[in-house]
Amino acid sequence: MNTFSFTRWYGIILKEFIQLKRDRLTFGMIIGIPVMQLLLFGFAINADPKNLPAAVLSQDNSPYARSFVRAMENSGYFRVVRQLDNEAQANELLAHGDVQFVATIPADFSRKLARGERPQLLLEADATDPSATNNAIGAMQQLAATALIRDLAGPLADQNPGPPPIDLRVHRRYNPEGITAYNIVPGLLGTILTMTMVLMTGLAMTRERERGTFENLLSTPARPFEVMTGKIVPYILIGLIQVTLIFLAARFVFGVPMKGNLLLLYSVVILFIAANLTLGITFSSVARNQLQAMQMTFFFFLPSILLSGFMFPFRGMPEWAQWLSNLLPLTHFLLLVRGIMLKGNELHELWPQIWPIVAFMLAVILIGLRFYKRTLD
Amino acid sequence: MTAVVAAPPDTNPDGTGGSAGQPPLVIDVHGLNKHFGDKHVVRDFSLQVRRGEIYGFLGPNGSGKTTSIRMLCGLLTPDSGSGTCLGHDVIRDTAAIKREIGYMTQRFSLWEDLTIRENLDFVARMYSMPERAATVQSALTELGLDSRQNQLAGSLSGGWKQRLALAACMLHKPKLLLLDEPTAGVDPKARREFWEELHGLAESGLSVLVSTHYMDEAERCHRLAYLAYGRLMATGTVDEVIHGQQLITYAVTGPDLSALSQRLRTTPGVGQITPFGNTIHVTGRNDAALVAALAVLGGDSRYQIERIDATLEDVFISLMNDATDNFQ
Ligand SMILES: Nc1ncnc2c1ncn2[C@@H]1O[C@H](COP(=O)(O)OP(=O)(O)OP(=O)(O)O)[C@@H](O)[C@H]1O
Ligand SMILES: [Mg+2]
Repeated sequence: MNTFSFTRWYGIILKEFIQLKRDRLTFGMIIGIPVMQLLLFGFAINADPKNLPAAVLSQDNSPYARSFVRAMENSGYFRVVRQLDNEAQANELLAHGDVQFVATIPADFSRKLARGERPQLLLEADATDPSATNNAIGAMQQLAATALIRDLAGPLADQNPGPPPIDLRVHRRYNPEGITAYNIVPGLLGTILTMTMVLMTGLAMTRERERGTFENLLSTPARPFEVMTGKIVPYILIGLIQVTLIFLAARFVFGVPMKGNLLLLYSVVILFIAANLTLGITFSSVARNQLQAMQMTFFFFLPSILLSGFMFPFRGMPEWAQWLSNLLPLTHFLLLVRGIMLKGNELHELWPQIWPIVAFMLAVILIGLRFYKRTLD
Repeated sequence: MTAVVAAPPDTNPDGTGGSAGQPPLVIDVHGLNKHFGDKHVVRDFSLQVRRGEIYGFLGPNGSGKTTSIRMLCGLLTPDSGSGTCLGHDVIRDTAAIKREIGYMTQRFSLWEDLTIRENLDFVARMYSMPERAATVQSALTELGLDSRQNQLAGSLSGGWKQRLALAACMLHKPKLLLLDEPTAGVDPKARREFWEELHGLAESGLSVLVSTHYMDEAERCHRLAYLAYGRLMATGTVDEVIHGQQLITYAVTGPDLSALSQRLRTTPGVGQITPFGNTIHVTGRNDAALVAALAVLGGDSRYQIERIDATLEDVFISLMNDATDNFQ
């Protein structure tokens, strides 16, 4: 009898749009928050992460090579997690973000070293977040000059002083110039969506409750599902507008490249928007008034920006913080957007970041349904 | 729906238990209870309202009128009890009830940031009305708000808000109106018009449950229910309620009435004293005790004492005092 009614649903959407149009403050926030964050976070915040995961592709099983790898680890910046056999493996690990660096030691490393011919050593870095890699690269340059000095003492001592015994080549992958905007833009996208989507929907229901209009809405035949989704739709559209604005700014102001599929990017964005909206609706079911909804939003928003890897490099954080940040959708969304925009990742490479967002959303919906009130009790 | 007068006495078009010669029951609830935390707000609430009846709902502030009305229209779930509203179960069929009733909340609950027209339009959409534009237009014209239809509802005066809310809850032609203090803050002329309209609607078969604090409105209802501290203290027609209490009232006219009131208040047998300008009503249940109490005036010629019929207000105040003595 009382099934989904398109008329009612459309009525709710229409009402929400009209109210939004009249609510100058909210409208200001939708524009103001991106501008404010652009200003605040446009300045790169640098940190000094250590213990970054690295892989070594060593084609030269010599004491020199082993000694150099040991020196890398001793520097504190690198944690060698894998020994690789070929170039393809290296590319895969970097694309997935499993390691931050791959060091390739060529087959003629020790022979050339012994002859004083300055062998090349290739360091490939995942530079999507330059603040995470810059210091490590600096340390590596230092190592190239000094690491093998003691090994080379004796017969090869005449190499010293002079140019460094190793010719270090650094490839900053995905972001060759180490431009921080490449990281800022996806981060901004994620934080703005988190902020506005959670807050707007969080307020949407509590506002009705606070003004007493919820009682009127409840006394009409409108169904909870129609009310909830009817209230969400306008914000999905707003979210997509914000995203498009940021993408345009990324492309034409910051010159961030777009390597991947735009459709895939928008799909990921919609997933992320949906996750945040369900959280917002759940907050507004739990909160008693607008102030509480606001407080809950900030309680969620702060760890999201601090821990997601947007403000501080993910790998620079202690383990418990990394574990916590893996629960947050923003953490995964950042990796997804960087992956698509900068690395050109395909869908099959993105699953490890997609399922945590879906899981988050499901958990939140369950909580929301548990708390949604059909009556005024 | 079959018209009441045309129906043979023993038929029952709604299947809601109309007995011989009487219209069917539109509200029939028994033993409803509601707690908020450990506060027992409504106790064993039973109410029977017949079709075409205007049923007045009275009681002091906080007595549970709003809570009871909310339970009838499915906005609150009773902790215990059962019953039907328009033939639908008040606990399970709230969706069906919502489609057929018009509920006007005590506090203005339309959207202040929508215009008058947008509000009516939204309500019409919520009830999926087929001829929305025409209905909204005629409601605007009837209200006399046609020229102000694009004004924000929040900018209306209190009385106009009430009238708009009333129009909104009648938009979908409900069979039963639940009105929670619909005329609070409405001017006398508009109130009279409102009650005339209500009687017109009732004659055409609409049923109304209306809460009010105004005595003149209570007297315009077909039947009344009086609630105090969540308990139903009295029900019936105005006369039944007045006579049911068997109150005896003397009107005393004369000088210096406040001192007299003070003195009488502590006298045994005097239930309550209500001032009316230069008259006080002295009310009690025992005639002999009242006469004895008034004997203190001892033939003072400045005072006139006259036995009168108790008014509805005397009865309500007496009921409220009884309730205070018994349940507080
Ligand atoms: N949501 C609620 N939570 C807790 N207590 C409530 C709630 N709603 C009502 N009450 C309490 O229930 C009691 C009855 O309130 P109700 O609003 O039904 O009274 P009322 O008869 O409508 O009064 P009034 O004439 O002032 O409108 C009051 O004591 C009130 O404090
Ligand atoms: Mg009330």
